[in-house]
Amino acid sequence: MNMSAALSLVALSVVLALASSAASLAAVRMPMVVRLLAMPLFALAGLSALAGGLIALLLGDVVTATLPLGLPWLPWRVRLDALSGFFLALIGVVSFAVGVYGPAYVRGLEKGRDSLVALGGFSGLFLTGMLAVVLANDAFLFMVAWELMSLASYFLVAFQHDNAANRRAAFLYLLMAHVGGLAILLGYGVLASFGDGFAFDAMRAASLPPAWGSVAFVLAFVGFGMKAGLVPLHAWLPEAHPVAPSHISALMSGVMLKVAVYGFVRFVFDLVGEVQWQWGVAVLAVGSLSALFGVLAAMMQRDLKRLLAYSSVENLGIIFIGLGLALLFLGTGYPLPGVLALIAALYHALNHALFKGLLFLGAGAILHSSHEHDLEHMGGLLRRMPWTGFLFLVGCLSISSLPPFNGFVSEWLTFQAALQTWQLDSGVLRSLIPIVAAVLALTGALVAATFVKVYGVAFLGQARSRHVRRARPVPHGMRAGQGILAALCLALGIMPVWVIGAINAIPEQLLGAGLPHSAAEGWLSLNLVAANGASYNAPLMAVLLGLFVALAFWALRRGAVRRVRRCDAWDCGFAPPNTRMQYTATAFAQPIRRVFGHLFLVEETLVPRDDGSHRHQLTIGDRSWGLLYVPVTRWVESASRRVIRLQSGNVRVYLGWTLATLLVLLWIIS
Amino acid sequence: MDHLLSVAAAVAAVLQALLYAAAAPLLVGWIRKVKARLQNRRGPSVLQPYRDLRKLLGKEVRVAHTASPLFRAAPYVVFAATWLAAATVPLFAVDLPTTAVADLIVLVGLLALARFFLALAGMDVGTAFGGMGASREMLVSALAEPAMLMAVFTLAMTAHSTNLAGVIDFQLTSDFALRPSFLFALAGLVLVALAETGRIPVDNPATHLELTMIHEAMLLEYSGRHLALMEWAAQIKLVLYGALIANIFFPWGIAQSLAPSALGIAIAVIVAKLMLLGAALAVGETLLAKMRLFRAPAFLNLALLLALLGLLSHVILEVGA
Amino acid sequence: MSLIALPLLQQFVLVLAALVLFSSFVLLSQARLVSAIHAFAWQGGLVAAVTTVVAVAGDSTHLYFSALLTFALKAVLIPWMLHRLIRRLELERHVELLRWYAMVNMVAVALVIFSYWLVLPMVHEELAFTRNIVAISLAVVLIGLWMMVVRQQAVAQVLGFMSMENGLFLAAVSATDGMPLVVELGVAFDVLVAMVLFGVFFFQIRESIDSLDVDRLNRLTETVEETDAETGAGSRPMMVKSAVAEGE
Repeated sequence: MNMSAALSLVALSVVLALASSAASLAAVRMPMVVRLLAMPLFALAGLSALAGGLIALLLGDVVTATLPLGLPWLPWRVRLDALSGFFLALIGVVSFAVGVYGPAYVRGLEKGRDSLVALGGFSGLFLTGMLAVVLANDAFLFMVAWELMSLASYFLVAFQHDNAANRRAAFLYLLMAHVGGLAILLGYGVLASFGDGFAFDAMRAASLPPAWGSVAFVLAFVGFGMKAGLVPLHAWLPEAHPVAPSHISALMSGVMLKVAVYGFVRFVFDLVGEVQWQWGVAVLAVGSLSALFGVLAAMMQRDLKRLLAYSSVENLGIIFIGLGLALLFLGTGYPLPGVLALIAALYHALNHALFKGLLFLGAGAILHSSHEHDLEHMGGLLRRMPWTGFLFLVGCLSISSLPPFNGFVSEWLTFQAALQTWQLDSGVLRSLIPIVAAVLALTGALVAATFVKVYGVAFLGQARSRHVRRARPVPHGMRAGQGILAALCLALGIMPVWVIGAINAIPEQLLGAGLPHSAAEGWLSLNLVAANGASYNAPLMAVLLGLFVALAFWALRRGAVRRVRRCDAWDCGFAPPNTRMQYTATAFAQPIRRVFGHLFLVEETLVPRDDGSHRHQLTIGDRSWGLLYVPVTRWVESASRRVIRLQSGNVRVYLGWTLATLLVLLWIIS
Repeated sequence: MDHLLSVAAAVAAVLQALLYAAAAPLLVGWIRKVKARLQNRRGPSVLQPYRDLRKLLGKEVRVAHTASPLFRAAPYVVFAATWLAAATVPLFAVDLPTTAVADLIVLVGLLALARFFLALAGMDVGTAFGGMGASREMLVSALAEPAMLMAVFTLAMTAHSTNLAGVIDFQLTSDFALRPSFLFALAGLVLVALAETGRIPVDNPATHLELTMIHEAMLLEYSGRHLALMEWAAQIKLVLYGALIANIFFPWGIAQSLAPSALGIAIAVIVAKLMLLGAALAVGETLLAKMRLFRAPAFLNLALLLALLGLLSHVILEVGA
Repeated sequence: MSLIALPLLQQFVLVLAALVLFSSFVLLSQARLVSAIHAFAWQGGLVAAVTTVVAVAGDSTHLYFSALLTFALKAVLIPWMLHRLIRRLELERHVELLRWYAMVNMVAVALVIFSYWLVLPMVHEELAFTRNIVAISLAVVLIGLWMMVVRQQAVAQVLGFMSMENGLFLAAVSATDGMPLVVELGVAFDVLVAMVLFGVFFFQIRESIDSLDVDRLNRLTETVEETDAETGAGSRPMMVKSAVAEGE
């Protein structure tokens, strides 16, 4: 196993993804080809990318190649190193799970009116785009692949385009993707002008003056941040992700957002190189704001997929908190905590891909069997769909950062990285960073509250609508897809040392320093920077937890009283409780809405109806829409109204403009 | 000798875990006794909670028709997670094998796991009580978590580690110093402990009125051995927080070796500290009244403010120069 | 750690200074007026305690007198006068809830961090201890001024003003070992006179606008608005534009 083998595996995955896309063309005649051929090819592409990426990450080496494509003087270059290997593995594993899940899900869409050719074709192109972005070693291929990724996902978001709201959501997504792409292109432009060329190697070798470095950083942050869904550039996320088919939402939320993280890490840590600590402060501020806002918005939602989309905003905020800490520590000259923070951010990126993918696949399973996406109509699904319910519970536990699952490990790492502030010189930073950590803690607790709400309202209790009462379990393929991700969530939670040892290759390559070999302390415990420092012993924790549960079970199940008798629930002596008496999702969120509500535009009205009853209406709006998007829209409209005056309609005026431009160009050339 | 020591240490760790589970009802009984005396009653015997648990363990379990398998599994998870969290907190000795997992953030994580399943159990049967308890509990815990973490951070910034044994060792080995940061962190942590263990003024542990229940509302449908496990878990959580506060801020007396004399003194000292803390809690509960739910955010804001002030006084006053 | 290097008395001063900062936070957000006066009394007492400890450590006799004066004035006399004033104004049960409670506290915390950042340049080794207390005093002054900004009740504004003076006194005691006695007595009597005048003014204000809400003093601008209306032609297009925007 060497790097060229890894590169060939990744190349194979790109070919398989394209093949999956091409195979879907046959769906015009035979719709079943998507689930019989295209989806399995998709899964194989994911598997191949996973294998290639893992080999590259474990070997910790670099291999580059030049493709015969692209422009004659600017061919496309690819590069496989530890960072791209990690993200390829991430893309691969989620794509594999989606590919296993896909056939059964797509079967439900075959009878619909929407084009399966588009679904299968653009899924393959979407995967190709993402793989190419991670492989790219020059700005040209990067931008082409980025565009491919954005366009393919636009068509996937607009899959069910009969609905006008879906079309609007897709348009907003396309618009913001392109604005972000423009910012990224400008950032690469800055780097290319100093590096004398568009190849990443040239950009790496160049050294930027600090002011231009900051300009490039801001452009990259805006561009990649918009794609990653950071506040206030997040407005497209909660519109676009719920609208796409569920397995595509899993890919978008789980994988595409991480490709944006990859782009940011590659740009700032690799290409720019010398980081300034002020960048870290900016990234920390935006990250904490996104985390807090995302989770509060998620808490207020009643549409399951929209809730999951806002939760993605929150998790990306956490990832960027880690990246901000890394920039801060590296910029002030403390590489070891910086490496720790970078590893925490990357670990969380991997974790989020896994558990968000799992949750979206679960939401898709619910949609498949009960056609419901509104939490207020669900209930009692655990008894109707036991496997989906169990796997969704694993997803909820992981995202709420609870031991022994993977979310807890990355949160622990982020806290430990934040705790290294005592080493910093600046007292102001030493006061501000723990405040960021407190915001992170608040976010974590609110996430747990949100997912208690989701699981409690959707899977527990009694069914609130007819379809949900008659929901049937999903086919095996869908269960297997979710099962793969759930098993990985548990595995990454129990074996963090092995994972960190693997990820450690990335800072070693990018920054020249890695964590002192934590794996050398033994496979059990995760000891950090200092000898008597904090440690987390994941396998021991999991074993002890299981042991204690077994002990309690054994100790109490013996003896005479073992049977359990079923009865009615406590009803205070009044009529038996019906399904309308349960807590709804909106009711569950009410205390938190009351405490934090003024961050949003909450409108609550009680409208009396003719028959004496009242209609309660609750609208929760996003403040950033009115604060940022509407003014920008209005400014663009007024600016374009002014520019319209150039269009006088007179042919001679147009010829005059042509003459003037020609004169200016000739003058410039001379 | 080394092998013997590690066997002795392992035995001591197991003993510590068992002692937590065994002593928790006793602490609750002591608190009830002191409260009764303050209210001019004789009160139940200090051993009454043991009798209650034994009674519940012998009773039949009744489960609602609408309950799912999670309802029956949750008590075991809640009990195991809380007990494991308690077992890692050094009670009478610092040098035990459990120090490998004795991390403050892991502690918070385990308690969060227990609370997650408790809240889900509340929502499982599909009645209004359970949902209400779960919703209120998640609000209180969401607001208590930043205060708790800020207090932990203040300690960790001084001791440079979140490892419980590390913090205790730091306190024991460094010279005596009046630290304003520890004072504020103690105050903040006490308020957080009141909120997390569901005592007055945040929640009344002895009420069953729907207007005032938080913890009890989630347990309303449980009976028999399931209820025994849940109640026991709540008692273990109380003794956990008591031991945490006593041993982190006033660790003098804890055994730093496994010599029997040191252990004996340590056990006597921790019993005295817990009795004192229990009496203080009883006095506080008698003097204060339970706040309405939407004043709890102000209470927890005060806890966060205290912890923040602890951090600021650490940065400004203690490190300096 | 540098904290351990300090003698015990100086550590005690640090604890007391931290408690003064805490009392100014309590003063800032305390809803009940009577409790706010008690918090102010505690703050005065703590400042007197700091003065005493500094006197014991530095062995300067005039600071004992200073401490006694501060205690008598700030912790006993002025709170008693305010209490009497409140009883006469019939405001004993007055409760003023802060809007944006969390935001006010966050800004106060930011002020503390800002004042720490301001005094950082005093990096001389011997001055480290003093510099930290000066940071706390500056924070107390700023929080007192912030209290005057966010609170609407006039009596609460007086408390804010007084706590500013407390902060200045704390800085003086720790940094320069107290002020010359003449200055001290002058300041003390100025504060006393200010209190008496406040009492008189409060009655006047209440008689003229029938409340002690400082925001009601806005009515003083009514005459200015009438002259603006005559020049309204220039301002009207703006109003029309915003109405159109809202109609969208």
